[in-house]
Amino acid sequence: MRFKLCLDLWNKIKSETEALQDELNRNILDSLLEFTRKCSSSRHHSQWASKMRASEIPTAALVLGVNVPDHDMTFQSLFDLLRLSVTPHVVSLQAKECGALKQLMKRVLERVMDTVVAVDDEEEEEETRPSGAQLHKSIHCSLAALCDWYISKTKKSSFSSPGKKRSSSVVEEQDSHPPVVIIFKDLEAFNSRVLQDFILICSRYIHRLPLVFIFGVATSPSTIQHMLPSSVSSLLCIELFQSLSCTQHLTTVIDKLILTSKFPFKLNGKVMQVLVSVFLYHDFSVRNFIKGLQLALLEHFHSQPLSFLCCRKKEAQLNAEQLGPGDLERIRQLPSFQRYLKEQEEQNKLMTDDALLKGVCKKLLKDLHKYHKNYYPVLRCLHTLTSSLPRYPLGKQIRELHLICLERNVWESEDYQSAMKLLRMLAKDELMLLLQKCADVLQPVNSKKMQAAFVQLEELLTKFKQLDAAGEMAPSVEEKFTSPVKSLQKKTDLFQLQKTLLEMNESRRSKRMSPFELLRNEAVEFVDSLVKDHLPPPESRPLYEVCYYSSSATVRRHLNATPRNSIQAALSRPQSYIQNDSLKTEDGTVSNAAPDICIAYKLHLECGRLINLYDWLEAYSTVVSAAEGNDPDSDGFGKVDEVKHARFIRAVSELEFLGFIKATKKKTDHVARLTWGGC
Amino acid sequence: MAGLLDQPGYDEESLRRVSEQLPCRELQAGMLLSLMGQPQQYCYPSLFIYGHRSSGKSHVVNVLMKELELPHTTVSCVECISAALLFEQVLLSFFGCDAAAQLPRSPSISDFVRIYRQQSSQFPAKQTRFIVMEKAELLRDADANLLPALLRLQELVDDNVSVVLLSEIVWDKFRPNTGCFEPLLLHFPDYSKGELQQILSKDCHPSYSAEFYSSYINILLGVFYTVCRDLRELRHLAALNFSKFCEPVAAGKAKETETHKLWKNIEPHLKKAMQTVYLREVSSLQWEQMEEHEAGALRGLSAHTHVELPYYSKFLLIAAYLASYNPARTDKRFFLKHHGKIKKTNFLKKNEKTSNHLLGPKPFPLDRLLAIFYSVVDSRVAPTASIFSQISSLVTLQLLTLVSHDDQLDTPKYKCAVSLDFISAISRTVNFDIVKYLYDFL
Repeated sequence: MRFKLCLDLWNKIKSETEALQDELNRNILDSLLEFTRKCSSSRHHSQWASKMRASEIPTAALVLGVNVPDHDMTFQSLFDLLRLSVTPHVVSLQAKECGALKQLMKRVLERVMDTVVAVDDEEEEEETRPSGAQLHKSIHCSLAALCDWYISKTKKSSFSSPGKKRSSSVVEEQDSHPPVVIIFKDLEAFNSRVLQDFILICSRYIHRLPLVFIFGVATSPSTIQHMLPSSVSSLLCIELFQSLSCTQHLTTVIDKLILTSKFPFKLNGKVMQVLVSVFLYHDFSVRNFIKGLQLALLEHFHSQPLSFLCCRKKEAQLNAEQLGPGDLERIRQLPSFQRYLKEQEEQNKLMTDDALLKGVCKKLLKDLHKYHKNYYPVLRCLHTLTSSLPRYPLGKQIRELHLICLERNVWESEDYQSAMKLLRMLAKDELMLLLQKCADVLQPVNSKKMQAAFVQLEELLTKFKQLDAAGEMAPSVEEKFTSPVKSLQKKTDLFQLQKTLLEMNESRRSKRMSPFELLRNEAVEFVDSLVKDHLPPPESRPLYEVCYYSSSATVRRHLNATPRNSIQAALSRPQSYIQNDSLKTEDGTVSNAAPDICIAYKLHLECGRLINLYDWLEAYSTVVSAAEGNDPDSDGFGKVDEVKHARFIRAVSELEFLGFIKATKKKTDHVARLTWGGC
Repeated sequence: MAGLLDQPGYDEESLRRVSEQLPCRELQAGMLLSLMGQPQQYCYPSLFIYGHRSSGKSHVVNVLMKELELPHTTVSCVECISAALLFEQVLLSFFGCDAAAQLPRSPSISDFVRIYRQQSSQFPAKQTRFIVMEKAELLRDADANLLPALLRLQELVDDNVSVVLLSEIVWDKFRPNTGCFEPLLLHFPDYSKGELQQILSKDCHPSYSAEFYSSYINILLGVFYTVCRDLRELRHLAALNFSKFCEPVAAGKAKETETHKLWKNIEPHLKKAMQTVYLREVSSLQWEQMEEHEAGALRGLSAHTHVELPYYSKFLLIAAYLASYNPARTDKRFFLKHHGKIKKTNFLKKNEKTSNHLLGPKPFPLDRLLAIFYSVVDSRVAPTASIFSQISSLVTLQLLTLVSHDDQLDTPKYKCAVSLDFISAISRTVNFDIVKYLYDFL
């Protein structure tokens, strides 16, 4: 059940991201396609100028940024698109499979010819590759062979469709000579020598073979110049394509996946923080971010039994109907529900009456959904208002604001106060622009409260506009304006009304405010009330555990592995690693029954930079003999027998393998310690 | 003019065509022709032609071969990844695919000689067969016996065959240690300015008069001759900028003869071209487009130097830079809190007077990189796997280079491969004052 839900949700998320990815890449891919098409067509124009530079190979340098893990997807879609719409001859190369010119050549030939020879029985080709490829190679492994093949191929196709030829337009002409596109996925990793030679060879055949290169550049386009000498780069006609930066990419992904009420599954502030920091600090990879999201999703459905309520509103209602007694008990245990209970009068009844609890649950779930529905538009509103303020009191990106809101009541933070203060100082046209944007955000949301807010906002805006018209008549109009202010304020609670009235009185006393200032204050108050109504942190809602995944430690452990810490933990606390309680000791020392390597590790921690092997062995055998239960006073105690010796040597070599010690030439019979710090 | 290329045994007509196609190279062509002798005569076993890039070596040889219809094969040594390919091409063009198919897998030079002899006894050469090897300098990297064997191929196969080597390097750099047959040397000098003018004027635009084009070439050479004498490059530039030059004429503002006016018009344009197109900052296609709609400043390749990196990668790179350009002894001074007052003069050794930046980056072990990294980053960082993977991804991005061998897993050594400008741009984005930490700027 939960598994099915999880799968459904994941599939939805996945398809959403894929659509998003396509959307984002569309621009650049389209321009690339256009480029290749243009290249292939321009070849046929027998213009004087193009004849003069016919030996240049058209090249597209695609700058993708350093987030290398994401590139695969881009290239895959590029590859597919090219093959679909421009040419059947597309080769995509990776640096690691082209160590030498020979291999590079082989790959190009194999892929270009294979795909055309047999697209459908590719698997068979794969199997017979070892022998087949050898045969191929022995006959021809040069571009000349490719060239011959290409010419015969294009000839064949033009013969086979004479009917088409007759009605030939320019497009048909191109189609019979599709370009051969070679994609170098990671230019930086290619051996520059190999690349140079390959380009030189290709330029010799460019007259007969319409080649197009696409370079995938991760850093900056000047690397092309660094890699290729001018004699080689003069053979290329490079055009630059810049892709979207990955931070922008992430922003859109977050925008579409997380800041929406479409998906019931949510992350809490800490998990979100972990994911974003992994992205910003470590890899810049959107793909990894989505993987992290997937992990969180899986973990949530796996570890939270109540997560089957985490689905769409209607299904959730249905599922709530079928709550078993065990689930109800679990709900009662939820901290958020207990908090809720304390505020209720019928506390005892809820604790005992299952049917009542079910009803309450349904109501609460509904509330939660409503909360989400209102939360995101208001968040966006607040973001539009504050993101252009000087010094960004609430963050430049919406995700920062989201994080603040997830953690606590945003209106209690100092930053929020200062932001509001700044808003109160905005000029009219700016404020109107921002409010208009807010209205645009609110408009499409279909929930009662948001619609009401929208209407109010519109009213405010029209008032601003009226103010424009009223212009000079300000003093007389003022009185008229104050009354609607009061009527509007009635919607907010009494306390606030009082406060604003007080404020108004005060300000009036000190200085008569212009109608614009009044209206501005009113607008800010309105936003403030919206925020207070709709942006409390989710932790305050009952049953939030159903939708929010909160175990940031798990995510961190899985995504940001710390190999060394875990090795050290395993060595110093073997009991937790092999889950054997008998090894537990009180004061952090290792019990003498622990595995050999743990004992050796523990002993080596007590030594200095250089460790005398014999002393180490002695200490080790003492510990081990104690573990065997030998009498400390007997003769054989602490004696080194062969078995112990062997065990010790094995432990030491294992430590060496793990990188804690290494052999040294400074002193005989000593090893050097490679880690700092004692026990 | 045709008199220069006077050699008995060849058709008068084709000789005339040859001399037409080879402006300013009559002397060399004549020399080559006399060395080759009459078609049926035995030629000198190997010729070595050298000269700078685009001084017409391959062009002269190819034109001679084609127009005089001599049996020949042209092989580019770049293309011959293995000797097998070379043998295959030679056999293929002389004797057809049957002979080429007889070559065993990974053939040696003796296999080649054996098959060649076998074939040539069936089809003896009536005329001298020529093997033209372009970019012959790459033969030095091939098997040690390949070059000497090719030089005396005539002797080995006992056939009228001659090998022509074309190279940009002088013969002295070729000579194997063991000694070999000395080929005849022939030097192609660079074209002079006048010769360049003459050659460039030849590919004239069909719709304009020859004088007009040659005056254009004159202006072009005036601008570019100081920086570039490469014929191919010049031809490329001429083609690119010609349309701009013609603009006033096409618009009717000037006549073809008003050179001065045209010069005024084109000169700033050419200057701009020198900064961009010549360096291939802007591709020729983009240049043409720019001319069409005058888009103003087009950013070249090197203008995009900004690289976005993850936060810790930036610090890793900074740490790597510090490790590369600071002597290891000074780490204490920079990264320890209580380092005491040590002045720079106390550190100085004699050989360290020169700036480390002049000497280039020095290799450093991984430990040192991480130690500096941890002290440079302001927050506490766990030594996670992704930190280490970032180091290797920096290596693939060629921002760091691995100095020690790939196989050596123990204490790998790196060098930082970025410039001071780059690293100071990076450190500015993370608010890190790198100059304060560099020993050179103390």
